[in-house]
Order: sequence, then structure tokens, then C-alpha cells
Amino acid sequence: MEQMVNVYFYGKKYQVPGDLTIMTALEYAGYTLVRGVGCRHGFCGACTTIYRIKGKNELHTCLACQTQVQEGMYIARIPYFPTDKRTYNIEDLKANQEVMMSLYPEIYACIGCNACTKACTQSLNVMQYIAYAQRGDFKACAEESFDCVSCGCCSVRCPAGISHPMVGMLARRLNGKYLTPEAEHLNTRVEEIKEGKFDEAMKDMMNKPLDEIKELYNTREIEK
Amino acid sequence: MYAPYPENMMESIKKVEATREARMKTEPRRLTAEEKDDLLEKFHPDYNPDSFAEIKVGPNKGQKAPVELAEMLHSTSRLMTDKVDISKIDYDVDVLVIGGGGAGSSCAIEAHNAGANVMIVTKLRIGDANTMMAEGGIQAADKENDSPVQHYLDAFGGGHFKAKPELVKRLTSEAPEAIQWLNRLGVEFDKEDDGRMVTTHGGGTSRKRMHAAKDYSGAEIMRTLRDEVINLGIPVIEFTSAVELIKDDKGQAAGAVLLNMETGDYSVARAKTVVIATGGAGRMHYNGFPTSNHYGATADGLILAYRAGAPLLYQDSIQYHPTGAVYPSQILGALVTEKVRSVGAQLVNANGEAYIHPLETRDVNASGVIRECREGRGVDIPGGLKGVWLDTPMIEILGGEGTIEKRIPAMFRMYMNYGIDMRKVPILIYPTLHYQNGGVEINGDGFTNIPNLLVAGEAAGGIHGTNRLMGNSLLDVIVFGRNAGKKAAAKYGEVTLGNMNLDHVAAYDKELKDAGLDTHEVSPKLLPKYARHERTAE
Ligand SMILES: Cc1cc2nc3c(=O)[nH]c(=O)nc-3n(C[C@H](O)[C@H](O)[C@H](O)COP(=O)(O)OP(=O)(O)OC[C@H]3O[C@@H](n4cnc5c(N)ncnc54)[C@H](O)[C@@H]3O)c2cc1C
Ligand code: SF4
Ligand code: SF4
Ligand code: FES
Repeated sequence: MEQMVNVYFYGKKYQVPGDLTIMTALEYAGYTLVRGVGCRHGFCGACTTIYRIKGKNELHTCLACQTQVQEGMYIARIPYFPTDKRTYNIEDLKANQEVMMSLYPEIYACIGCNACTKACTQSLNVMQYIAYAQRGDFKACAEESFDCVSCGCCSVRCPAGISHPMVGMLARRLNGKYLTPEAEHLNTRVEEIKEGKFDEAMKDMMNKPLDEIKELYNTREIEK
Repeated sequence: MYAPYPENMMESIKKVEATREARMKTEPRRLTAEEKDDLLEKFHPDYNPDSFAEIKVGPNKGQKAPVELAEMLHSTSRLMTDKVDISKIDYDVDVLVIGGGGAGSSCAIEAHNAGANVMIVTKLRIGDANTMMAEGGIQAADKENDSPVQHYLDAFGGGHFKAKPELVKRLTSEAPEAIQWLNRLGVEFDKEDDGRMVTTHGGGTSRKRMHAAKDYSGAEIMRTLRDEVINLGIPVIEFTSAVELIKDDKGQAAGAVLLNMETGDYSVARAKTVVIATGGAGRMHYNGFPTSNHYGATADGLILAYRAGAPLLYQDSIQYHPTGAVYPSQILGALVTEKVRSVGAQLVNANGEAYIHPLETRDVNASGVIRECREGRGVDIPGGLKGVWLDTPMIEILGGEGTIEKRIPAMFRMYMNYGIDMRKVPILIYPTLHYQNGGVEINGDGFTNIPNLLVAGEAAGGIHGTNRLMGNSLLDVIVFGRNAGKKAAAKYGEVTLGNMNLDHVAAYDKELKDAGLDTHEVSPKLLPKYARHERTAE
């Protein structure tokens, strides 16, 4: 017999098998999910959830699809949180400190409470990446925020009203586009293709009899 | 000793550890073409006749499809009972994109940039999609020792020589530009300090051409595309599914009937061109397999297009990814990216033997795992499952300490959530339902046989033959997504729509009735039924 545990969805008690995740436990209890569910494997950030264990003080944030149920969990989901994304034309931006100042000025109101970091479902140092953004160090901000799944748990907790995942997103785009050098070999190859360098060889390959292609494939040299 | 697994598994791990040093010195032999065929025939689920049914109606009548897909093809439309007045038009656009994943988003961006009035409708949120979950990477032949022709050979051969040549040509020839486009949008590819791309092998590649963004490759691409869609002000109608295409009296695609997933209300979109970008079918659970796919992957686009008269291609070819998680049960079916093997982990059976080369094509490796388990060389897992080891500690020995956290952080995190440190112990895997190799048939330009209807991404068939290589799907999503956007934008100006109707839906229903089919279901499926209702009578 599987081990059952008591959990509370929005305050109502359900008995569910103890090896389920919060998400599958909801379904076990009879919920048909539409909101607050996406990839089901920890990548999309749709399943933002808060819980508290009965009798304990601490409030936890988590991804429902990645978190196993425990006895006495009081669970509420946050299927949507109004984070605030500012729009911009990436082509017009310059990767300097002013960008953040004009698009996300509220980051300078951070009071250093570290609630965001404590809330992060990906264990990122969120306060730190906001600090990097303040300084205009987008490379560091991009690196530190890279694993963010935009679940918004940090923003839910932030007294300064900062939309952390959006700040990280901007930093990563700036870093990817402007601060990291372009790949020479890639640009060269794109030009070569445009000039038609491979057209003949491609046509040749496509027109080969099947047996010949099979032979080529089966004997092709594999880079070490 | 560090023992995060039950006793029987720890026993087996001892054998894995005992052979590790010797295994690291030799590379397992590659199989010959005959050996591969033999393995596939005996063990690949695609070769199991019980998992298929004959399609009884429509353009592919007489061919086979997975039982669960055939059931949806044999079911009728919601609109046979729910009546929708399609003369009341809620949205009127040049390009209607169905599906807000990678293909739909790239399509919308290109259509918008070409001046079209474009709108995306999507089942859940934009980015709640298979694209977000891709871990391993994206292929493009951009290194000096590589070429689009070499890439063509790998993709065409990997797909068992069954792909449509003109589609493979577009895929491989437009690959480098796709990477450049993404990079210039700000996608952070793994690079050397001088900007040179870090590229690795994937199963079936003859050159190292796998580009990645750690093991969040798809997430990095998807969130950037989503950010761009929002920046451009492209309308995205979320929690809204297309449940049927609308055609006009000239037989052209003319829009779609939409369903609000929360309220159950219908609305109508009229469009001069329609792009289906609805992705895959993992949540159909073919053959009862668990899946790596997102919640909304239910083959809807195939049903919509098929009912409207578009043929499918290779609808009977499914990709089982060789390495899905089987333990612990909370992550059953979750993908363990191929990159784990690219960076050095071997597949090892319960006796500690590296029984196959880890980078054979996916179908071959999946068959290999199934063989080991069926023939008694698998590891027993509570609940009656079996699996083989993926020897992850090898990665740190080969690449140095820290390699796992740096190159595959998502995998590391997923296992650490359950107290399993893959730097120290191997992990258990079994194949998971991963990818729809086939789909709606398209021509070289991305169009179906229905005028003004295009398909892009995983919903399309023919690009990968009957087996897709890792990294060619993210690529196809970008290449064919962008292509569809450009083609649709070039086309809509010439289109004059006639009277809109749903006659094809009624005709299909009649065909079902004439064939004596009644499944008691409606299609498309939209979402899998996971809610347990204890006292509901069947
Ligand atoms: C876990 C995982 C790992 C992968 N790793 C790799 C990899 O490393 N490399 C690689 O190349 N490929 C990989 N793939 C495959 C690749 O990610 C997908 O095939 C590809 O991203 C599909 O893109 P798409 O845009 O066609 O579909 P999706 O990204 O799935 O988008 C389809 C969208 O359409 C929506 N939709 C569905 N039905 C409807 C409807 N009726 N109405 C409205 N909207 C609808 C869905 O909700 C979804 O948002 C991976 C896939 C998975 C699942
Ligand atoms: S940084 Fe914020 S949005 Fe990103 S994963 Fe952490 S908690 Fe979620
Ligand atoms: S929660 Fe807000 S105010 Fe507190 S440290 Fe984080 S960003 Fe600053
Ligand atoms: S459903 Fe995507 S992170 Fe949980």
C-alpha cells in the first residue's frame, strides 16, 4: 500500500499518495488543470506555488511540477502574477547602464532584503543579479540569471515591486547580442551559402541514386 | 558510503563502478547497418503491430497510425454538437498563427516584419511548449570542416532516407542563417572567448555541429522569441485553442474556430493565410509510454488539417528518446538530454557493461535499452519498471570537476531535487515518448495541399523522414517557422476570401458515420485527461 499524506489545497483537505508531486496530487484529488501548468518538467515556470507546512512559520515558494508533497502542506497556486515587462527595440539599445535606468528604474529601489533570493525556485542569487543589473554589468547579470524560468516567485515577494525575470531577460539579450563577440565562422558560412558556394554539391547530393547515398552515409567519416 | 538509491540499485552500481576505468579506455563499437536494422525490428515500438490501427477515412485511408492517433482521427468535431455562428467574426487578420511555441513565434515575427497583420492563438501561455523544454541544442553546419551538404547527408541518412529532399535542403542550407538570426536577437549560445561557437556531437552527426545554451537551449531560444513577439506588439491570444479550421467556398483556408480553454466560449478568426504550428503529440501516450512533452502536446494540428483534407506523412513514425528518467517516480518520463551522452556518459546495463555506443541514432539506442531490459540485463525499479544506467560520473572524470554543473545544470538540478547527485552516482533511464517524426505533409515552401494553409515545426511531416536527429528539430522550428512567416506574408496580398464555411467538418462526420465509426470522443484532444474522478462511472 502506498504511503498516503494529508495536504490542503486552498485550505481543503485531501489524502494523496506521498510520492506524488504537488501537480500530480492536484490531479489525483480530481482537479483538471488548465492554468498553472505547462511543461510539467521544470522548464516553463507556469506552475508557481506557495505552501506552508502545518504548524510551521516559514512560507515556501516552489514549482508544483518539481516538488513532492509532504504531510501537512497548505498549498495555494499563483497561476499568474502581474510582472511588468517593458517593451523595446533591441536593435536601438546600447548595452550600457542607462538602458536599465530607463527601462527598469525600480531596480534602484531595492532595499537589499534578499527575499527574492530566498524565494527563487531555481536557487539563483536573485538579489545579486539585480545588483549586477544596477551596475550595468550585464554579462554577470546574464550569467547569474541564466537558469531563470520566469516563475515570478521572486517578484511576488519583492517589496520594491521589481520584475526580476524581465530584468534578467533584458540583460541576457544585451549580453547575447552586444557583449559577446559574433562567431566569425558563422558569418562566413552564411555569406558562403548566399554566394551559392554549396549549390552545386547540394544538387549533386540530392540527385544521387539512393544506393549511392546510402553507401556515402554508411561509410562517412565521423569527426573524433 | 553515499547511497541515494535502494539496495538492489546500489548493488548494481558497484558493478558499474568496477568496470568504469576499463570502459573509459575504449569506445564501444558502432553497429553495422545490418545490426541496427535487426535491433530496430526486434525492439523498437514502431515495429510492434499492436500499437497501430488502420486509418478508415480521409486522405490517408488504408494507412496505419498509432492506435491513439487513429482514435482521434476517427472521432468527430466538437462543432457537430456545439453550434458556432461563423459569420460573427471576432478577429480578422492577414496571417493567423496557431500555436505559440518556437515555430509559431518565429513565424509571427517574420510575418510582422514583412508588414503583415499577424496574430497568434495558443492553448496555454506563449512558450508553454515543447520548444521551451529542449535541452541539448540546435544543429547548423557552420564550422570549417563541415558543410550544409554534410549536414544533409547526416539528416537524410539518420531519417532512414525517407525525408523529402527539398525539405532537408532547406533545413540544412538555412541553418547557419537561423543561428545568426537567433544570436542577433540576443540568444546566448555557448561560445569561446573569441566568439567561436562551442559545438559538440549529437546522435548521428558526423561533425560536431550541435550549438547549445547550456542545457537550456530551447528555453533560451523560446524566451527570447517570446520577448521579441511582445516587443513587436504582436497580439497573442492565450488559453485559446483552435478547434477547427474554417474554409471558404473556393476551398481555401480562411481562418479557425477558437475555444477559450477557461470559459468554454467559442470565437471566430478570419485570416487570409493560416499557419499550423501546434507541435507534437507526446501527451497522447502512444504505447502507454510516459512522455517528455509539455501538457498541450496532443496532435491537434494534425486533426484540424486532416479534417480539412490535408494528408499526413509518416504519422506512424514516433521517436522514443532513449534516455527518459525512470527513477525516482516523480520525474518519470522527463527527458535526460542527449547532451549527457555528448559530454561523455556511457549507457551501461545492470552488469556494468557498456553494451552499445552511446551516440547511435535515437531509435537504435532506444531499442538497445529495451533489449537490455527485456533480456534481463536491466535494473529493477519499484513499480515493475526497469532501466539501464547512464554513467554520469564519467563526465566529471573526462571533463574535469564542475563540468556537470556548467554544461548540464538543468539535469543536475532535476536530480538534486530528489537527493541524487549525478556527479557521484549514475542515473537510471528508459525510453520516453519524445517526438512526432511525421505530421502534416508540406511542400518545399511549407504549404499544404489546401490553398493558403501552411504548417511549420513539429506538426509538419517529411523533414526528418522516419527518425529525427537531436538538434534538427529546434532547427526546423526556426527555419520552417521563419519561412512560413515570410511565405504567408508574401501570399496574403493575393488572397480574396469567398464565403466562409465549415462544410468539410460536416462532410468528415458523414464519412465517419458511413464507415460505421463512433468512438464516443471528440477531437482534437486539447488536453490529456489526468484528473482522477473516483466515483464517476465510465
Ligand atoms: C524535453 C524535450 C527536449 C527536446 N530537446 C531538443 C533538442 O535538444 N534539440 C532539438 O532540436 N529538439 C529538441 N526537442 C524537440 C523540439 O523542442 C520540439 O520538437 C520543437 O520545439 C517543437 O516546436 P513547435 O513550435 O513545433 O511546437 P511547440 O514548441 O510544442 O509549440 C506548439 C504550441 O502550440 C500550442 N497548441 C497546440 N495545440 C493547439 C491548438 N489546438 N490551438 C492553439 N494552440 C495549440 C501548444 O500549446 C504549444 O504552445 C525536445 C523536445 C522536448 C519535449
Ligand atoms: S529568478 Fe525569480 S522568476 Fe526566475 S526562477 Fe528564480 S524565482 Fe523564478
Ligand atoms: S526582494 Fe526586491 S527589494 Fe528585496 S533584495 Fe530582492 S530585489 Fe531587492
Ligand atoms: S509546469 Fe513548467 S515548470 Fe512546472
